[in-house]
Amino acid sequence: MNERMIHLEVLRYDPQVDGEPHFQRYEVPCKEEWVVLDALNAIKESIDPTLNYRWSCHMAVCGSCGMMINGEPRLSCHAFLRDFEGVIRVEPLANFPIERDLVTVADDFIDKLKRVKPYLIPGENKPIADGEYRQTPAQLMKYRHFSMCINCMLCYAACPQYALQPLFLGPAAITLAHRYNLDSRDGGREERQQVIATNEGVWECSFVGACSEVCPKAVDPAGALQQVKVASTLDWFREHLLPGAAK
Amino acid sequence: MEMIDADVAIVGAGGAGLRAAIALAETDPKLRIALISKVYPMRSHTCAAEGGAAGVIKAGDSLDMHFDDTVSGGDWLSDQDCVEYFVKEAPRELLQLEHWGCPWNREADGSVAVRSFGGMKKQRTWFAADKSGFHILHTLFQTSLQFPSIVRFDEYYALDLLLDEGRCQGLTAMEMRSGLIRQFRAKAVIIAGGGAGRMFPFTTNGAIKTGDGMALAYRAGVPLKDMEFVQYHPTGLPNTGSLLTEACRGEGGVLLNKDGRRYLQDYGMGPETELGKPQLKTMELGPRDRLSQAYWHELQKGNTVSTRWGECVLLDMRHLGAKKINERLPLVRELAISYLGVDIVTDPVPVRPVVHYMMGGISTDTRAATPLPGLFAAGECACVSLNGANRLGSNSLVELLVFGKRAALSAIEYIQDLPAADTAALTARALESQARIRELFSRTDGTESMSGLRREMMDTMEKNVGIYRDHAGLQEAVDKLGQLRQRYRRVMLNDRSNVFNTDLFQVLELGSMLDCAEALTVGALARRESRGAHQRLDYVRRDDDNCLRHRMVHYQGSGAPRVSYQDVVITRSPPGLRDYSGGHQ
Repeated sequence: MNERMIHLEVLRYDPQVDGEPHFQRYEVPCKEEWVVLDALNAIKESIDPTLNYRWSCHMAVCGSCGMMINGEPRLSCHAFLRDFEGVIRVEPLANFPIERDLVTVADDFIDKLKRVKPYLIPGENKPIADGEYRQTPAQLMKYRHFSMCINCMLCYAACPQYALQPLFLGPAAITLAHRYNLDSRDGGREERQQVIATNEGVWECSFVGACSEVCPKAVDPAGALQQVKVASTLDWFREHLLPGAAK
Repeated sequence: MEMIDADVAIVGAGGAGLRAAIALAETDPKLRIALISKVYPMRSHTCAAEGGAAGVIKAGDSLDMHFDDTVSGGDWLSDQDCVEYFVKEAPRELLQLEHWGCPWNREADGSVAVRSFGGMKKQRTWFAADKSGFHILHTLFQTSLQFPSIVRFDEYYALDLLLDEGRCQGLTAMEMRSGLIRQFRAKAVIIAGGGAGRMFPFTTNGAIKTGDGMALAYRAGVPLKDMEFVQYHPTGLPNTGSLLTEACRGEGGVLLNKDGRRYLQDYGMGPETELGKPQLKTMELGPRDRLSQAYWHELQKGNTVSTRWGECVLLDMRHLGAKKINERLPLVRELAISYLGVDIVTDPVPVRPVVHYMMGGISTDTRAATPLPGLFAAGECACVSLNGANRLGSNSLVELLVFGKRAALSAIEYIQDLPAADTAALTARALESQARIRELFSRTDGTESMSGLRREMMDTMEKNVGIYRDHAGLQEAVDKLGQLRQRYRRVMLNDRSNVFNTDLFQVLELGSMLDCAEALTVGALARRESRGAHQRLDYVRRDDDNCLRHRMVHYQGSGAPRVSYQDVVITRSPPGLRDYSGGHQ
């Protein structure tokens, strides 16, 4: 199988030793069908065991290995070397503090996921013994692609608003709230609106659409946020302009 | 050392750990629950499961049929009381997930849809496209967020169980961000740490599946049971080992050799079924052990296809058409295109068997309890003896749910009226655990490299402990693994930082894998028969007279492990013939 020498420039930072992050250059022989993660694993195994990054599944579903590759947020297990020429620059995901090397601090994202109440708040309480809630394929398709988010945080690294305003709930969290709002089994929209139809929520989004461009699972968070805005605007009209229609 | 007090500590936050945590929180909101994992919950390997989860729900199916399929699929090594409990609880657990929002595929009338799976006589596998494990994991994780009593310790690496007075009373774990070791004092501990496929070089398993949970229990004196049974999934991508779900065949995909022959008919799984009309429990819908073994025979006969990624057979799904593939197997299509450059709509995809699942693990009973009081286990890390000698696809996602919950309920029962802990004794144990890590950090005379030892372990496992085994190869592996464990005591850290030091975690993970690999190999050497996934070239038949017993491997410190035996529980199905002839036998 064909091999070629790949040059990577990898951001290194150990807060116990380094005042500032710096780049380190590696040359590593790679097979042509490899991804950037394979190159990092080859470095870790045989060149520099002190390099640190997260990864697990190697099939773009666990969401661990997001990083900036030539300035773009990518899953390193899904960034094929054949698509790059010259030196490949690898950095931790933008907009998150660096914990060490390519490992970022994810606390803010995890906290935001929790705040949007991303779980079914049943509209009707049905005992398990009565079987499943009926949901037609059409009702399933209304929200299914919004349920495909793997929490890889690439959309936060791409989002210009999150970069400016860290309080912004951000694409993935709002999309997840929207996923439950759209679920025919759910009755929790009002509770979630108090979190997402706010200035830290959907109104912070300037609809640049970078989130959807980088999403490795085609979840389309920008589309979700746009739908939330429209629905929230309709709520506002209903409450303020239609007498007697307020909740 | 900082102390964290909990009623129940859970190690591992994948499907089983999350299900256990939710069951604890729902049953008694006052319980203090510590959910500890070396990764964030949604990174757990449950997310990679594709095909689905089996539970009887449709008319024409029955619990008895699910029982029979599971017991014969496991080549009669399953404990039948366990299987009875499992098939009864399965539908309820799957409905519970539905009530928590899992996006199961649906029939036109809005009821849950089911699909065909290998070794199952009826369609009973619930699915969410080909991302079933992913959706189960995320549904559980998101559901868990509503319970304030579940306190998560994400990215904490568990080091040692703390035992006193013959009971498990907590553990030590390192916060990966800071390198600080914490003592968790808990009345009960549930291990839900997943499998150990990474001891093999070619596996569907993610990097995190290094047997840490199994090793935690094993070193604390709990036997590992039936470790010799390793499931090879018959259809992995030949370069990355990524899984192409069994649902490929459930939907009608067929396996071809280099002559285009559906070769499974030559290995007791024929006659050939009509293309596009898959028939349950025969040909491509035979069980995984038989399919992987058929590949090995085709390889010996020179019937495989030579590809740039090595010898393969072909999985042909072209006749399914783009519409069905996109609707039911979107991930498979995407994986084959991106990692192999093959579009399954237009071309057959080369595949070969790949290490996928450990049937064996921490010895537990039907209550998910280990022999050590205060310690429970569930999921792939445990061997509750549901799967016997070969697991049927789509039983393990349900196993996580049924026994994750069961572990929680058993733990609650156990912690009532416990005597008070001797905190000084526990702290002394915790300090010993800390000293072990300190010694590793301060070691200056180490001579062995982690990656070198790991490579030798993987090579040994691949060469000697594969689909077919014999005495000479297994003995060589046992000797080699014993030596590797000795050499591991001189392993040298390259990185001495306290912050997210993956060099350190890889060294610790290697220690777990070496212990598991040795237990596996010792078990395989001791099982002088061929049964399910354990095939011996020197003992080619199943031997119910002498071998219908569980192999229990006990840790003996730096010495060789000890093997003991435990009877298989048989309630109503005496060992019989595994028939995958589609009724033609």
